Formats: sequence, structure tokens, C-alpha cells
Amino acid sequence: MTQNADHVLDHFDLFRGPEYQEMLANKKKMFENPRDEAEVERVREWAKTEEYKELNFKREALTVNPAKACQPLGAVFVAVGFEKTIPFVHGSQGCVAYYRSHFSRHFKEPTSCVSSSMTEDAAVFGGLNNMIDGLANTLSMYKPKMIAVSTTCMAEVIGDDLNAFIKTSREKGSIPEDYPVPFAHTPAFVGSHITGYDNAMKGIISYFWDGRAGTVEKLERKPNDSINFLGGFDGYTVGNLREIKRIFGEFGIKYTILGDNSDVWDTPTDGEYRMYDGGTTIEETLEAVNAKATISMQEYCTEKTLPLIAEHGQEVVALNHPISVKGTDNFLMTLARISGKEIPESLARERGRLVDAIADSSAHIHGKKFAIYGDPDLCYGLAEFLLELGAEPTTVLATNGGKAWEKKMQALFDSSPFGKNCKVYPGKDLWHMRSLLFTDPVDFLIGNTYGKYLERDTGTPLIRIGFPIFDRHHKHRYPVWGYQGGMNVLVTILDKIFDTIDLATNVPAKTDYSFDIIR
Amino acid sequence: MSVANNESVAEIKARNKELIKEVLAVYPEKTAKRRAKHLNVHDAGKSDCGVKSNIKSIPGVMTIRGCAYAGSKGVVWGPIKDMIHISHGPVGCGQYSWAARRNYYIGTTGIDTFVTMQFTSDFQEKDIVFGGDKKLAKIMDEIQELFPLNNGITVQSECPIGLIGDDIEAVSKSKSKEFGGKTIVPVRCEGFRGVSQSLGHHIANDAVRDYVFDKMDPNRPAPFESSPYDVAIIGDYNIGGDAWSSRILLEEMGLRVIAQWSGDGSLAELENTPLAKLNVLHCYRSMNYISRHMEEKFGVPWCEYNFFGPSKIAESLRKIASFFDDKIKEGAERVIAKYQPLMEAVIAKYRPRLEGKTVMLYVGGLRPRHVIGAYEDLGMEVVGTGYEFAHNDDYQRTAQHYVKDGTLIYDDVTGYEFEKFVEKVQPDLVGSGIKEKYVFQKMGVPFRQMHSWDYSGPYHGYDGFAIFARDMDMAINAPVWKMAKAPWKDDSNSKLLAAE
Ligand code: SF4
Ligand code: SF4
Repeated sequence: MTQNADHVLDHFDLFRGPEYQEMLANKKKMFENPRDEAEVERVREWAKTEEYKELNFKREALTVNPAKACQPLGAVFVAVGFEKTIPFVHGSQGCVAYYRSHFSRHFKEPTSCVSSSMTEDAAVFGGLNNMIDGLANTLSMYKPKMIAVSTTCMAEVIGDDLNAFIKTSREKGSIPEDYPVPFAHTPAFVGSHITGYDNAMKGIISYFWDGRAGTVEKLERKPNDSINFLGGFDGYTVGNLREIKRIFGEFGIKYTILGDNSDVWDTPTDGEYRMYDGGTTIEETLEAVNAKATISMQEYCTEKTLPLIAEHGQEVVALNHPISVKGTDNFLMTLARISGKEIPESLARERGRLVDAIADSSAHIHGKKFAIYGDPDLCYGLAEFLLELGAEPTTVLATNGGKAWEKKMQALFDSSPFGKNCKVYPGKDLWHMRSLLFTDPVDFLIGNTYGKYLERDTGTPLIRIGFPIFDRHHKHRYPVWGYQGGMNVLVTILDKIFDTIDLATNVPAKTDYSFDIIR
Repeated sequence: MSVANNESVAEIKARNKELIKEVLAVYPEKTAKRRAKHLNVHDAGKSDCGVKSNIKSIPGVMTIRGCAYAGSKGVVWGPIKDMIHISHGPVGCGQYSWAARRNYYIGTTGIDTFVTMQFTSDFQEKDIVFGGDKKLAKIMDEIQELFPLNNGITVQSECPIGLIGDDIEAVSKSKSKEFGGKTIVPVRCEGFRGVSQSLGHHIANDAVRDYVFDKMDPNRPAPFESSPYDVAIIGDYNIGGDAWSSRILLEEMGLRVIAQWSGDGSLAELENTPLAKLNVLHCYRSMNYISRHMEEKFGVPWCEYNFFGPSKIAESLRKIASFFDDKIKEGAERVIAKYQPLMEAVIAKYRPRLEGKTVMLYVGGLRPRHVIGAYEDLGMEVVGTGYEFAHNDDYQRTAQHYVKDGTLIYDDVTGYEFEKFVEKVQPDLVGSGIKEKYVFQKMGVPFRQMHSWDYSGPYHGYDGFAIFARDMDMAINAPVWKMAKAPWKDDSNSKLLAAE
């Protein structure tokens, strides 16, 4: 017996005991009808080859281990960033259970979201009654200031019309005539969670700026000198938005973050559960039409939102998830240009510190090869930073990246001598990545939690940057934007590099000559 | 902390009834009426818990439930390790459920084993408009080419499939023929069917019947020599290794486990189960259907058991042994005796720290009753419990064998109700899911996830109970809960400070 009351063994120790090992071996041999071991070995080796890679890349229909989620997830991300707002997803309820779990596993925070719980009869007759009842229930139970509606596949496939349904709900008295219910259709079979972000953000902005679905006058813009800010779908939203606020503060610029979920996903444990916390208010959202400009940190999350804003006469600027020195330089210079304010000396100092850190450490990164996967803008920002560090972002893959992104990545590679051997893979998944890691090996992999399977299978050390991160804690609290964010990313990469060297040099009398105390 | 301890049962009942009234007041009238049927205070001696169950969730209330797809792909089929389960439809459902349930297994992932992978047809608009059957057929070809050692394929339907009129049965049939009789299982578990995960369990069970059992060659050679002691573990998903810490006990008592459903299970094990002398069923809710079917069709009897906590384990070992001869009965006693010192040591260590602590549960279809005995072994008391997707037969079992007089019962609880109940009852521990965890921790209430074992486990069997006891202690007695209130805001503390 291995278990022990004094020192209770967890699953990772318990099952290594001889009783369990024997039991499991026996189970396999006797009852599982297992494949021949040599055959398993043969296929395992074959799956590492160029030949397998070619077959793998010929896939047209099957997706294996994609690095993307579906639209409504992005819509929920947006909705919780508005003050006392509850996301209401119209369609089947299972999806909502998934979105809530997904965010809670990443942020280690509650995520409130309701569903209209459509079932088979709604599939036949449409989900109008679900909408009518659902809005009334949500309003009376959770007393939100606003309900932001989006859709699951089910509602999209049967073609429910949100605008009409919400109107009818008002007529039936389920919600007051003037109660704010912005909405966006978010079909999961188009795009990904970043498309959902875009649709939902556009939905909310156009709702408030353009006459609340035809019920009031459109807003007339009276330009002022404030700046709107859109973060895009971002797993680091908590740390990032706080950093952004600090930067705006240093400048002394008036700003509005549209969709500020940095508080609701970082509430204290102090005896009180806050279902709502922080967030952009309706007043701020209305006022935002008057801003001088809107800056999006992630171009591919705001492809429809920015043009809408531009139509209202604002300047719009799309960045690509700036992490690098150059990226933040550009961000700050843009702020300076738009606001007419000088870049504060405090930020110039921070820049100097990041450059200082790079100078101190770049010898350990220079020339190393990296594979990166994630959302398109994140990939871009990381690749740009690696090039600055003298590293090669050899393989860059975004399941939800398209043609325009591909071109942009290529242009980035072309702009640096370190980009010479780098390749971009739009629309591919992590099973493609697996092949690439075998045929075109790199030193490090950057990706989300699911990258741990790639690390295990290919031996490429994983640096966890992305979304979701389920198996490491609290990373979302640290910014990856601004010079401070660049510093955090730099340190994250360095830690992995040093750990990897130490692990590879710690066998006494064998490899310990490189087990240095100073690096 | 608990108020329950000093109250009489009558007082508790009155308080709980009042509490139910209070939460119902928040709803619009129609909704309050409907929700009232799902909430109750248990009266000892009643044959069930007096709540309605397995009916549609109400729109907009924040139900905690999932869908049929989750019940089929997530629960029943997903853990079958040597088959490839296609999440058929758009990308989301498969993405969110990817490897999230902790069904442990042994195997070379991506080569002969596929549990922690996400295979999806990633539907695009054109697939919705023109149908996805051609794509599905192509997917199966590509699977055969790239994953040649897979032993079968299942098609786990997401919502759109049933709405666009695809014929996944026809595709599966023709591909199965083309691949020489390969097991290919179409599963109609679209998320809009039924009212929760539960119908997905049922549909998945039926799919095993129709596409595994009914397709088997009756004249195939015996896969192994039968023994009089062959049993199959049904309804154990091997979360954190639960099925393993159960299997070891059955084997130690002299039985031979020929199959696991479905944690760490394989297609061969499913196929061989009709050869069992007895099916032992842990999660009744999700696999009673196939157990009944095997009884009718193959004459395999089944018996429910409970491997949470030493009292229930001993009871269950004896119950299982009663189906066999003296050798096995003696074996059961031997196993119980063997682990007794371990159990005594565990209880001696943890019970003093947990005695009298109260718990509120809200889980799926089994654990809201099944874990009660384990808490009681530690001197703890379950003061409220409820199910996401139980049926009335679950509430009967709960009432007749598990809950105490006055227990607060909540079926398909809403976020609002659960929060209010916990706020008022002030249990020492809440056991529920990831969506609930942080709500209660923010309130300063210790919490354990009771679906995933909070990344710990196993909790089944004697080895598992030691972990269970340690985890509950760790949750409740963690120093962190004393820090939730800042000292200058904490009344009891500030008085102390002032006195000093
Ligand atoms: S893909 Fe569709 S059915 Fe699946 S979780 Fe997303 S919206 Fe729901
Ligand atoms: S034990 Fe509960 S949560 Fe798990 S499958 Fe059964 S019913 Fe679902």
C-alpha cells in the first residue's frame, strides 16, 4: 500500500507506485487490445518526418488542436467591460457554461453571463419567447444597468433577428422602453473570438452613438481632445489596462477605455462578492463619440469597429499588440501627436531601462530561434520584439490569421536581417505546428497552455504567453504592453532560457561544466 | 462559523423555508412559480426530495447547466482513449471542453491515444449553407491517413448539425464500410436537445448500443478466457485517476475488471463488457441506460456502488461481493481490513479539524448525494445539496439514503439563488464547479471544485479518501480565510485592537 495518512500522496505520486503500475500494465495487455508496441513506435517516428508533414499540410477538412475559439466568447469579453453590464447570449445554454468556465479557468475569477436557454422547441418556433422571458428575468434578478446581447450558433442557424426580438421584448414590457440593450450577431462559424470582440464592440458603440437601434436621435459629434482606447481581446487585460491607464496618466491625456474589464476580472477577496466591478459607463461611452481619436491596440480585433468610429469623424489608429521598444515608441509618439503633448520624461526613462535590460541580456537571446502561435496581433507584437532582441521568430502561426495578416508578418520579416529565414502560417493549427517543430526545429516555443502538449511531444521548451493560460497562475496581472510590459516579456523569456540551460547541464560528472553560477 | 449547529431541526427547516421565500421574491411572478417547484426543505421519511427536476431551465436566470454535447462528448465518449472524437460543427464547443475534465489515461497521445486532443470540423459559413456531410467524409479520410492507429471514430454533433439537416449517419455508415467495418459512431448530441447534459448521456449510451454492441460480430473469437469473477466498472470517468483507485480494490478482493467505462477506457473494453458477470455502476445518472440494456440483452446484472469514504466503500464492497461466492466475500472483508489502519489514521488526523463543519453542494447528477458519506466520515454535515441534471430517481436515492431532515434542496439552481443560500446559511465549505468557485471564495467561503476535484484526486476508493480528507482540511483550514477581512475593518479584531 502506497497511500499514507502522514504524507498523503497525490495522483502524481500515487500511481507511480508498483501496485498501480502493475495493475495498469495488466489492464493494457489483457483488455485494451493494444497496438503492437513496435508499430506505435514506428508511427511515432513517422509522424516526425518531412513526409508526414507534407500529408499533414495537405489537410483540407480536418482541424486538430486549433488555436482559436468562437465569436460569442469575444462578445462576453467585451460586455463585462462595461459598467454593471451582463452579457446575454441568445441560443443554447451549454455554450454559456463553456464561456464562463473558460474565462474562470484563465483569470481565476467569476464570470457572469446568462443564456436564453433555447431548446428543441425554440429550434422549431424560434427563440422569441426565450428572449422576452430571459431579458425580464435577468433584469429583475441581477439588476444590470445594461444587457449586452450576442448569439450562439443555434440562434444564428435558425436566423433569429435580435433587433426585432429586442423590440418585441420592449413592447411586451419585458424590459422598459428606454432600457439599454445593445446587441451583435456573433455566428461561431465565421471568424473566431476576435471577430466576436469586433462585432460586439461595434454593436455597443453603434448602439449608443447611432440612435439606440432607431429609438433616439443619433449623437452629434462635438469634438474634444480626449482619446478613446480599445484593447482588443486580450488575456492580459487586467495588467495591460492598468498599465495603459498609468501611461495616459503620465501624459495627462483625457482618455476613455471602451470595454474596461480590468476590475471585474480582478476583484478582491474581502468577504464581498462583486458581480459587477468597474467598467466603462454608459455616459463615458456616449461621450466617447466626441473624442479626437481612437487607438486600437489590436488591428485584427477591430477591423469593423474602427471604420465605424472613423465614419463619425475621428482619427483611428490600429496597432499590433505593441511589446517591442519600437512598438511602444510608436504608441507613445502617436499619443503625443494626437494630444499635442510631449512624451513625459518619466516614460523616456522607462524606455531607457528596457533598452538597458535588453543590452544586459540580449547575448542570451541573440540568434535563438522561436516558434510563436496565438492571435494575429499578439504574434505580430511578439515577433517584432524578438527581432529587436536579435532572435529569429522562425515560425509564426495564427489559426485565426488571414491573408492580410500574412502579408503584414512577411513585411515585418523582410524589414530585419533576423527575419530572413522566418515563415508565417495563417489558418494553420497546432497539429501543423507539431510537424513544423519536428522538421524545422526551433529553440523555444511561445504559446498558450495548450503548447504544453507540443513541448512534451517535441521537446521544445514552452514559454507561456497567450490565451488561455490555465496551468500557471496570475500571469494576466502583469502587463505585456508598454515598456514595462516589454520588460515582463523579456524576463519571462529569459527565465525559460536560463532554466533550460540549467536543466541541460546538471548531471554531475557529465554535463555540469556549464552549470554556471553567473550568467 | 456555521449557524446550523446550534439550531434545532425545526428551526433549521423554518429558516430554510423562509430563505426559499426570500429568493423567490426576486423573480417575476411567472418565473417565481416555476422556480418554486425546484426548491425545497427535505422532510425525513419522504420518498424523494420534493422538487421537480429534469425540466427546462428558465431563460436569463444564469443556470449552471451545460448541454447534451457536454454530456456525450465531455462525459461519456470523450474518455474512450483509442477512438477519435470529432467535435462536429463550429470550433467553440470542442475548444472549451478540450482536456478540461481530467480523464486520466495511459497511452501515446496523437499516435494510439487521443483523449487530450481537439478534433473539429471547424464549420465555416459555407458548411452551414451547403451542409457538412462532404466535409465530414473528408475528415474521416484525413483521420485515417494521419492517425492510422486510431481504433474508431465518433461524431459528436454540435447545435448546427441537427438544424441544417446533415445526415451524419449515412456518412458514418459508408465510411465504416469503406474502412473495412471500422467502428464509426454518429452521435446526435446537439446541444439544444433535452434540457441539460443528461440527454447527452442517454444519447451517448444509445449510440454505444447501436454502433458498438449491435455492430459486433456475434461469432468473433473470445478476446480472453472468461472467468467467473469478471466485472466491468461503469460510470467512472477516471477524473484524477478515480477509476484506478477503484479498480485496485475490486482486483484486490479477487474480481477481474475487464472494462472501464469510460475513464481510461478503450473500444475493446466497451465491446467486451457483455462478457462481464456483473456491471458495477458508479455514476448512475450518466450510464444507467446502457447498464439496463446489457441486463436485458446480455443478462448482465448491475449494481450501484459508492466509493466515496470508508463507510460507503465497505458497504459497497460487501454489496458487490454478495453477487459472488465466498471467495470474493472473504476477499471483500480482507480488503476492508487491510485498509482499516489507513482509514483510522486518516480520520484520526483530519476529523478533529473538520468535526461539525457544514457543507453545501451543487454538482452534476451523482455527487450531490454520493459524497455525503465521505463528509460524514470526517464528522462533517451536508446542510444543502442540489443537482444540475438529476432526474426524480436521483432525488429518490438522495432522500432515501443520504440527506438529513431539514436539508436545503435546490434543483438546477440559479446563480442568484446559490449566492443567496450560501450567504444566509454560511456553510464552512461549498463544493461545486469552476463557475461557482470564485464567487464563494470572494465571499470568504472555502470552496472545492467537485467536478474536477480542483485538479487534485483521485477521490474514489481508500487511496482517494486520504486525498479527499486532506483537501477538505486544506480548503477549510487554510490561513487565507482569516485574512479576508482587513484588520481595521474586521469588527472582532478591531475591538481586540482597541482593547490592547
Ligand atoms: S461553436 Fe457554437 S455551439 Fe459551440 S460553443 Fe460556440 S456558439 Fe456554442
Ligand atoms: S459524477 Fe456527476 S458530474 Fe460526473 S458525470 Fe456523473 S453526473 Fe456528471
